[in-house]
Amino acid sequence: MSVHDKTLYVEQLTVSFDGFKALNDLTLKIQPGELRCIIGPNGAGKTTMMDVITGKTRPDSGTVRFGPKLNLLALSEPEIAQAGIGRKFQKPTVFERLTVFENLELALAGDKSFLNTLFARRTVAQETRIFEVLEIIGLAQQHQALGGTLAHGQKQWLEIGMLLMQEPELLLVDEPVAGMTLQEIERTAALLQSLAGEHSVVVVEHDMEFVRSIAKRVTVLHEGRVLAEGDMDQVQSDPRVIEVYLGA
Amino acid sequence: MPQYTLWISARKDAGTAWFLGGLALVVVLVPILNQVVPPSSPFHLSAYGLTLVGKYLCYALLALSVDLIWGYCGILSLGQAAFFSLGGYAMGMYLMREIGPRGVYGDPVLPDFMVFLNWKSLPWFWQGFNHFWFAILMIALVPGSLALAFGWLAFRSRVTGVYLSIITQALTYALMLAFFRNDMGFGGNNGFTDFKDIMGFDLHSDRVRVVLLVITAIMLGLSYVVCRMIVASRAGRVIRAIRDAESRIRFLGYRVESFKLWVFVFSAVLAGIAGALYVPQIGIINPGEFSPINSIEVVIWVAVGGRGTLYGAAAGAVLVNYAKTYFTSTIPEAWNYALGALFVLVTLFLPRGIIGLVSGRVKKQGKTERPLIQAGGPERSRE
Repeated sequence: MSVHDKTLYVEQLTVSFDGFKALNDLTLKIQPGELRCIIGPNGAGKTTMMDVITGKTRPDSGTVRFGPKLNLLALSEPEIAQAGIGRKFQKPTVFERLTVFENLELALAGDKSFLNTLFARRTVAQETRIFEVLEIIGLAQQHQALGGTLAHGQKQWLEIGMLLMQEPELLLVDEPVAGMTLQEIERTAALLQSLAGEHSVVVVEHDMEFVRSIAKRVTVLHEGRVLAEGDMDQVQSDPRVIEVYLGA
Repeated sequence: MPQYTLWISARKDAGTAWFLGGLALVVVLVPILNQVVPPSSPFHLSAYGLTLVGKYLCYALLALSVDLIWGYCGILSLGQAAFFSLGGYAMGMYLMREIGPRGVYGDPVLPDFMVFLNWKSLPWFWQGFNHFWFAILMIALVPGSLALAFGWLAFRSRVTGVYLSIITQALTYALMLAFFRNDMGFGGNNGFTDFKDIMGFDLHSDRVRVVLLVITAIMLGLSYVVCRMIVASRAGRVIRAIRDAESRIRFLGYRVESFKLWVFVFSAVLAGIAGALYVPQIGIINPGEFSPINSIEVVIWVAVGGRGTLYGAAAGAVLVNYAKTYFTSTIPEAWNYALGALFVLVTLFLPRGIIGLVSGRVKKQGKTERPLIQAGGPERSRE
């Protein structure tokens, strides 16, 4: 089953921006190896939640722990990344003026201090790993192309590839299939499903078909808190969820 | 894999070869043109010419330091001349102590301006500058530690972009005001001048000046190679990634602040070395070197030459300063307008500088791998 055993605990998280509560007493638990989808209307707090977990935003109150001891709120973004939490952004962000190969290389797990990277030499094992990932994300042919020249869907894939290079224990994936063709969406679904088990995966997505195709467990956020949780059918038949999505 | 590495080096090497070849030419030609070719020949390089070439080389080194932090790391420092001047002052202090009893007032220890101010003894911070090795140490240490302290505060607070540019301007301006004060102990608005010799060699002799120029060219070449090694390393790719998507690289587990700090300090040390080489060749250092406009000019040289290439910065420094020498001797009042216009034109029409024009052909070949599908996907608004 899972090679790591860290559970992500998000407890009573509150974040407000100028009085607007983006997160309101949010509590959530992600089990090791779980594939969890998070859905919710715009403004439900999905991205803010990821911002807090990865250290970009500091909450007003609440706790975020990874495993029994590690308090994520005390760590900086790079420290959280080093602790094994990787993130794919909503808007694909790759390094546009580096090649696809270099993009993946920078994401390699390992010591990321200045002096270490200054004298780092690529090992055969590392290159092999990069080419493995290039195959997985279907960009082996373009490995010398600059990141900025890729099509939107390819950028999404490259960013997922960077996530794989990091070998994280927990992957936070924000809207992975936006701008992808149907075929690409299917491949993404297969990839994310293959990752779960060995990694914990949290996917935020608007595309209901996509969520239905991959999710075992779905959490619905609304106004900064959990509205419903369960499998897709349970959630879709929940009257509160229907009300939020269709309007009263 | 292997062909990948080759591709990287082939793309960079033409510029590097031209740059290092040009420097080698300077190292060979300048001594010959000055020492061997007789003064009667039109090819003779005069003492004035020597000073000029030496100055261009120092400026090229300063431009290199700006390109490293601006062109590669995206930090637009508008205070680089401060580090240049500090290196220059450290060298100047050594040269002042070298004058010894040969000053106008004949004091064996105190430089003239201290005698003039009725100071009785040497201030503590002038101790040690009678040793050349100590001055060399300070040339690296003083700009380096200032950059370390300033950068640590600025980068840790995540001051970026135009705000960082403004506080670096403030830094150099504050230093200028401080160095203008007589009681600071750095010669006030006159600064240091009337140097006699360096390590016992007469600074007024052409032979010594040729050696200084050759040393400057070698330092420039060495610094170039070190900078090239930094930008070609994985750290160099992290630095470029910081320039292009700072927040993204943080989420990959890199400490952006520490990378910026290392590059900033290294670049300050390079600027300090440039200043230290500048002072004995030019023969004067005063607080005017700290003036904010100087730092801005360096940025213009780099932009004109082509940033993010290293050799472009050096070429820009030489070209713009050659133009400045030419213009200020023919139509001095037009120079500042010409410089401003040059900057605007380059920014608008030559975003990759003059080097971009020259290497345009080469770059196009590199773009053949551009995928055919270019359509951007639907952008969704952030929550």
